[in-house]
Amino acid sequence: MEVIYLTMTITVIIAGLFLYLFFVNVKKGQYDDIYTPSVRMLFDDELVKEPTQEAKKEEQKAAEVKKDS
Amino acid sequence: MSDIPCYHCGLDCGKNPIVFNEKNFCCNGCKTVYEILNQNELSCYYDMENSPGQIPNEIKGKYEYLNNPEIVEKLIEFNDGNISVVEFYIPSIHCSACIWVLENLEKLNPAIVNSMVNFPNKTIRINFKTEHTTLKAIVELLTSIAYEPYISLEDADKSAKKVDKTLIYQLGYAAFAFGNIMLLAFPEYFEKDDLWLEHYKYMFRYMMLVLSIPVVVYSAKDYFITAYKGLKKGILSVDVPIALGIIVLFARSTYEAFLDDGVVFFDSLSGLVFFLLLGRFFQQKTYNFLSFERDYRSYFPIAVTKIVNGKEENVPVQSVKEGDRLLIRNEELIPVDGILIHGEGLLDYSFVTGESVSVYKANGEKVYAGGKQIGGAIEIDVINKISESYLTELWSNDVFGKDTFERDLKTVTNNISKYFTVVILIIAAIAGTFWFIHDAKETIGVISAVLIIACPCALALSAPFALGNMLRIFGYRKLYMKNAGVIERMNKIDHIIFDKTGTITTNDSSTLSFEGEELTLEELQLVKTLIRSSNHPLSRALNDAISVEPFLDKIENYQEVLGKGISGIIQGNEIKIGSAFFVETKLEQNLNTIIFIKINQDIKGYFRSKNVYREDVENVFTQLGKKYKLSILSGDNEGEKVYLEKILPVGTTLLFSQTPQNKLDYVKKLQEEGSHVLMVGDGLNDAGALAQSNVGIAISENVNVFSPACDAIMEAKLFNKLPKFLTLSHKTIQIIKWSFKVSFTYNVVGLYFAVTAQLTPIVAAILMPLSSISIVVFVTILTNFYAKRIR
Repeated sequence: MEVIYLTMTITVIIAGLFLYLFFVNVKKGQYDDIYTPSVRMLFDDELVKEPTQEAKKEEQKAAEVKKDS
Repeated sequence: MSDIPCYHCGLDCGKNPIVFNEKNFCCNGCKTVYEILNQNELSCYYDMENSPGQIPNEIKGKYEYLNNPEIVEKLIEFNDGNISVVEFYIPSIHCSACIWVLENLEKLNPAIVNSMVNFPNKTIRINFKTEHTTLKAIVELLTSIAYEPYISLEDADKSAKKVDKTLIYQLGYAAFAFGNIMLLAFPEYFEKDDLWLEHYKYMFRYMMLVLSIPVVVYSAKDYFITAYKGLKKGILSVDVPIALGIIVLFARSTYEAFLDDGVVFFDSLSGLVFFLLLGRFFQQKTYNFLSFERDYRSYFPIAVTKIVNGKEENVPVQSVKEGDRLLIRNEELIPVDGILIHGEGLLDYSFVTGESVSVYKANGEKVYAGGKQIGGAIEIDVINKISESYLTELWSNDVFGKDTFERDLKTVTNNISKYFTVVILIIAAIAGTFWFIHDAKETIGVISAVLIIACPCALALSAPFALGNMLRIFGYRKLYMKNAGVIERMNKIDHIIFDKTGTITTNDSSTLSFEGEELTLEELQLVKTLIRSSNHPLSRALNDAISVEPFLDKIENYQEVLGKGISGIIQGNEIKIGSAFFVETKLEQNLNTIIFIKINQDIKGYFRSKNVYREDVENVFTQLGKKYKLSILSGDNEGEKVYLEKILPVGTTLLFSQTPQNKLDYVKKLQEEGSHVLMVGDGLNDAGALAQSNVGIAISENVNVFSPACDAIMEAKLFNKLPKFLTLSHKTIQIIKWSFKVSFTYNVVGLYFAVTAQLTPIVAAILMPLSSISIVVFVTILTNFYAKRIR
């Protein structure tokens, strides 16, 4: 059963590692803002342009005006 | 009225909406933002929320100062010559569409590498390439899409802005130790004479000892410090029995770990500290986007325009010296006392004095810092340094620097713990003596057991959780408190003082009312016709106030005398509008700006601003009048006295023409008479009184903008909820008192085990978390229940 010395040590070291990571991340500011990332992940990466009928008309009109002048 | 909401900002578009892309806009500003976003393929903005935008402000030369490298350097956080990082506070961030558009800034300006929004704090951090763009361009871009950053003098001294994360580290370690020690302690709970355990228990115990050393010296260190500080001032705070309990727990467990004399309590020790810190953490709710500790720096601009040899130059405000000449543009704040040299000064001091009407200043008159120029640009000669101006002197008053440690110690918990500590020590002494006579070797064990079990964990937790939860509930209802102690102090209030202007009256809609003989329609039309041609801010206000159609006739002999008034002849009637001097009258002349009307040598009367009271003011006062003494302090003159006396309960003190110092002194006087004062105010003129009072609530039309240093910030719309908020704070204290009773019951049970020398680790390990958790559940349920009932 002497192996218990080894396993217990490893347990505490692993637990300590997680504690260390927690400290590092607090310091980095990972927990400073816990709201914005939850919104950010819902945004689409690509910007979709869907020119509406009206916008097209507007563009045409603008083009015509340019031609005239 | 039509009811077409603006596509961008959601406001009513009025009769003539601006139509673009078949969408309605209330003003050109909103349309421009839409155009910018649309051109850059960012119109998804409008898919996220309905009408997410705000009306943009005009930019003009406002950000010229960002060309000054000295100022830019102060604002930029990091710069490696290529990439710069800057953080702005943007008050208008309010929905997820804001986050989206602000994080897509690089689409609008390719030199921006990326931008990150911190929504709770309403800040944005922007990385940009210094080569391709300037700070000024970025700020102007933000302003043009209606996200104007708020840049003040405070941003220049960044050093003060450091968040203290110690508590999170302490709590993190305590949680780590609690979990691991629990695992290590578990075998000993049940197996007493197991051979395997006999063999390995030393290792378990030493490991627990090692893990719990940082718990005592690091995680729990604040309890020792406050207990010591309290004792030094002669206050037996709740931290005293806690510190005592922690020390005894640790000392006894260490002793027994080495001597193998009995049992160890490292698990209870770390659990206790963990729960205590959790309570502290819960209570530490902060509204990062609000500032409760503002001083003059957050009101002041970071830069001013100085005129050197006829040229405009932007300089940091700190460098302004006596004798400098400054240019103050429309809507700019005068940062320092000076003498008006050039231009027409119409200064809005509402912020400093509470006086709602702008003050007119002529050439050669002295202007004080804090006034906001309305209208054209003016030039002033500086006569004081920033640090010596009227406004800054107000802040150097002692009340702003007072030590709050003692006040914070006088909490309801500490009041009870005074007796608690004494009782515990007496019980420990009696039990010790008893066991010394009967079985001397148990003495130390019993005394330490009493101190351990009496450690008022549940007692110390009930207040933080009740107050912390209430703080959150108040926050949801838009009353933001600086800390949980405010609720406790609110409970003791017996005298409420209100400021008048801006507090019980609304700020922006002070309308002009006419006094004198009633004007006929024709006369009104005459006035309107004349006033239309003037660009003076007062004329424009009057123009808005008179809602009749003007004549279309030409004005003959039109004359505008700068700073005096205007005159002209319409349809053969001679009309003069302006100051008392201008119309040659000897009628009352006070500080208020009044506009006289004179038609054909006849003085008809004058327009003056009228206060508009908040809804329900009367109701609120009757409700409050039943329980509290009320006072009203006003910086204004006595004009409204008669009306106020009518709506206020009998016995209300009314004081007028109060300077900021008067207000402060009045609060002080009441406190010396033994009253607990709640001050409700809005402007800088109340700052001293707010700080001096037991609880200072600042009322604000927009909580994101300004409020002086205070204990709580309340949205102006909620003025009528004030009585309910006070009741709720009463209830909170009642809940805390009930939970004290529950935690005493636990203590009595625990003490039974302790004095009979039966306290084993398992009893301690069950009793301590059980009492803590049940108290937390108890107060949380009760506070939510009452919050729901009192709406």
